[in-house]
Amino acid sequence: MNAPTYNFAYLDEQTKRMIRRAILKAIAIPGYQVPFASREMPMPYGWGTGGVQVTAAILGRDDVLKVIDQGSDDTTNAISIRKFFAKTAGVATTTSTTDATVIQTRHRIPEGALHAGQVLVYQVPIPEPLRFLEPRETETRRMHALGEYGLMHVKLYEDIARFGHIATAYAYPVKVNARYVMDPSPTPKFDNPKMDNCAALQLFGAGREKRIYAIPPHTSVVSLDFEDHPFTRYRFDAPCALCGAGDSYLDEIVTDDKGSRMFVCSDTDYCETRQSQGHRGSESAAPHKERAHG
Amino acid sequence: MTTFAELPSGFADKVLSAQTTFRSVMDAMARPGSVHCIASASGTPPGVMRGTAAIALTLFDHDTPLWLDPRMAQAPEVEKWLKFHTSAPIVSDSSICSFALIGNAAELPALDQFSFGSNEYPDRSTTLILQVESLREGLAFELSGPGIDGTTVLQATIEPLDLFARLAINATLFPRGIDVVLVADDAVVAIPRTTRLVAEGD
Repeated sequence: MNAPTYNFAYLDEQTKRMIRRAILKAIAIPGYQVPFASREMPMPYGWGTGGVQVTAAILGRDDVLKVIDQGSDDTTNAISIRKFFAKTAGVATTTSTTDATVIQTRHRIPEGALHAGQVLVYQVPIPEPLRFLEPRETETRRMHALGEYGLMHVKLYEDIARFGHIATAYAYPVKVNARYVMDPSPTPKFDNPKMDNCAALQLFGAGREKRIYAIPPHTSVVSLDFEDHPFTRYRFDAPCALCGAGDSYLDEIVTDDKGSRMFVCSDTDYCETRQSQGHRGSESAAPHKERAHG
Repeated sequence: MTTFAELPSGFADKVLSAQTTFRSVMDAMARPGSVHCIASASGTPPGVMRGTAAIALTLFDHDTPLWLDPRMAQAPEVEKWLKFHTSAPIVSDSSICSFALIGNAAELPALDQFSFGSNEYPDRSTTLILQVESLREGLAFELSGPGIDGTTVLQATIEPLDLFARLAINATLFPRGIDVVLVADDAVVAIPRTTRLVAEGD
């Protein structure tokens, strides 16, 4: 092999120490964005450099890693990050949500409940929930310091004034431990309730923006809303076409150019586990169909 | 005179020992009050417990000013060992340190001697590494806060006796505050600034 040899999990030890200290502070101050000296990684910004650095700093020999991208274990981003750590850390990888000890995710939270031994690492593009309302870092920092989040409520109110309901569908702002307003990363708001009182530790890494934040297990995470416009989840009103699930977040898949479409679970592991348990949807292949065709 | 050759060793395997130690501390911080064991072995200078030594080798470097209490500063080997293995600067002003190592917890200085961070940057605060007698038996402390499902009970023999009363300042100051890591031999318990004492008893 001519491949260069890397330190365990790619990052050098000095970098890991710096990230580890940031993670500890992030856990101690739930929802607060801890600045850290983000490194260049062998992948472009926007491909999960923040999540990868957090994963690299916590990963150990005995960990079992799962990586999902929009709920899917088998998209390019998920596969390449999984391979990256299989190569640089030699860790076991899995697609099973229950078997994994560390789950790195982009834009989804797994459907199944997470358990106490697990760490969920989010890839975050824009960690500052107030950024599109106030571009100046000095100002947003002061707003967080003072707990001054009126602007965010104005934004949600403007949604109601314009559309009649809160139209924010992803990256829906939450309040962590009744103090910090936090961006849950661009997860659909369907996933927001899963963050509340979650048994697993949730860590968030934003590589380009150089921030790490965290939600400890069993911490209150409340989606911002109004008394007369309470927070609601949204999912397509259909069962999964492959496993028939009526409770999972669905992807819409266009199947031809005549407007036909089908809805399938976004969480591939959840869908496959249900199919292996015998659940069937409207588009499921008949059992042993392949064999019948020889 | 102690020469470097006579100094107690660091981790045999720096990378993996630091990782397992960090995960113990991270789990402790994420689940306040729960006892976590540090398995990584290293040499320990006089007066420094195994857990404290492992945390030092895992988290300290040239970016983390350290403050040593008089007990820790007593034996010159401690400072030499820390400087040799971690390169961390040792400072005499406790209000600017990232970590404070407390060997004689009974004489823990007033908490306002340390850094609470600012409201804009509450992460720029001191983390106390407090060596205590036992984290397995002693008084029962019922704790609540983020990371704890309802309440949890920590059985510990802790000095100073009014530690939790002093840490009540964290509730007033939040998000500023002091995070504490209690160490007894190889056991660690973290009390981040969000943890509150519910009840105390035998």
